[in-house]
Amino acid sequence: MQIDFTQVPVPIPTPETEHFWAGTRVGELRLQKCKDCQSTYFPPRPFCPACASRSIDIICASGRASLASYVINQRSHPAFDGPYAIALVTLEEGVRMMSNLLNVEQTPDALILDMPLQVTFQPIGEEIVLPYFEPRVVRS
Amino acid sequence: MSRAAVAIVGAAETTELGRIPHMSQIQLHADAALNALADAGLSLTDIDGVATAGESPTGVAHYLGITPSWVDGTAVGGCSFMLHVRHAVAAIEAGLCRCVLITHGESGRSNVGRAGRGSAASSLQGQFESPFGGMGPTTTFTLPVLRFLKETGTTLAEMASVAVSQRQWAGKNPRASLKTPITVDEVLNDRMIAYPFTRAQCCLVTDGGGALVLVAADRAEDFPQKPVYILGTGESTETPMISQMADLTSSGAFKVSGARAFAEAGIDHEAVDHLMIYDAFAHLPLYGLEDLGFCGRGEAGAFIAEGNTSPGGRLPMNTNGGGLSYMHSGMYGMYALQESVRQVRGRAAAQVNDVEISVCHGVGGMFAASGTVIMGSSAAR
Repeated sequence: MQIDFTQVPVPIPTPETEHFWAGTRVGELRLQKCKDCQSTYFPPRPFCPACASRSIDIICASGRASLASYVINQRSHPAFDGPYAIALVTLEEGVRMMSNLLNVEQTPDALILDMPLQVTFQPIGEEIVLPYFEPRVVRS
Repeated sequence: MSRAAVAIVGAAETTELGRIPHMSQIQLHADAALNALADAGLSLTDIDGVATAGESPTGVAHYLGITPSWVDGTAVGGCSFMLHVRHAVAAIEAGLCRCVLITHGESGRSNVGRAGRGSAASSLQGQFESPFGGMGPTTTFTLPVLRFLKETGTTLAEMASVAVSQRQWAGKNPRASLKTPITVDEVLNDRMIAYPFTRAQCCLVTDGGGALVLVAADRAEDFPQKPVYILGTGESTETPMISQMADLTSSGAFKVSGARAFAEAGIDHEAVDHLMIYDAFAHLPLYGLEDLGFCGRGEAGAFIAEGNTSPGGRLPMNTNGGGLSYMHSGMYGMYALQESVRQVRGRAAAQVNDVEISVCHGVGGMFAASGTVIMGSSAAR
């Protein structure tokens, strides 16, 4: 599966999400963590959704994740050259996000729930870099 | 024992269902509204409350020539009409209005006079979901299900049996879009839309509408139809982003909405004669049966596969054929409500024997919102 990165719908950051997109531009997956209750959350907002505190840190996620769920879309999309998985991944820090899975066959046999993943970054357009995920080799 | 305060005295769908390219969306609202008023033996001048979603209540009231003293434009997706029923009960009880008209119309297939949909690129969905190739409900509503199947041990064949069961009901309904019986193998081997969902496990895309008329229960006997009393209602919301569901295997909104409705009606599950669970996709009845407490964790798939919700089963569900086989315009909740009304009146195409209590449960967005309405043939609760 190849993605035509010129055809991906381009996000428009808002003041509350700018730090996230500034992070992906320098290869960081930034999350927010509450200084009061220590909860880590996503998507970005300038207060903690668990306790409403406005005392927030921006942290850099490890980039390690696992596959929570997915579908494999069969309908054509201008950015994808064939069937592609839309995935939900759970980051090591506990938050969940949507993404695509690179460098892996887009088939039920290759995409096993809970498989380890690692973030990887791809620019789309001039301003935006998107976080994608690919299989992570786990060394025992 | 308390008594229901409000009853449905008029209910109807659009004259036609399916493909209606010769009507605009707002005319679908009006056609359904006029049919529901005729059903109730009322005229437009009797209506002083208007609720709708998809169109604005201002637009619908003006189009119908109504100057209301109460409006509700709650728009949380396909279950909006369940919430309208709940809000109408409160409004009539509070004396804000006497006679509420709830309308739905949607040119879902023909797109005549229908406003655009989609998320702005600066919304949270636009930033954190849309770039990854989601193409509407088939690829987003469906996203949690592999996790559900793994955690509960439910099989793909059991999920396919949802479509099989509902097609059995549709076969008894002349207005259903799809009536030909299907098997589990045929469902599983149908064209893949978004793995693991084949076409037969995705809802139809059709045109249509429906409307309800509600009044205080103490005058419900004055109308031509058998009253359908509102025994209990519930509503809730969770998240507009499917990626942010707290638990991919359970809907928090379903649990809150269902529990409130059951508590208000003062009934337990054994009292339920008939059930509607909004089925935009085949997995929704699985989530619904478990989150509403009809089945234990991981038991819904087998419960359906064993025929318990099929014709002759002990819990008849989605007896119009559902969104999978009857019709689905986009916001299906109104059609689920219509079928519950018909079953309680004893006038459904596939009538279940002696329906005294019907539970009608809706979803809005992609597990984003929920509304539950419990109807009864008697005002006592």
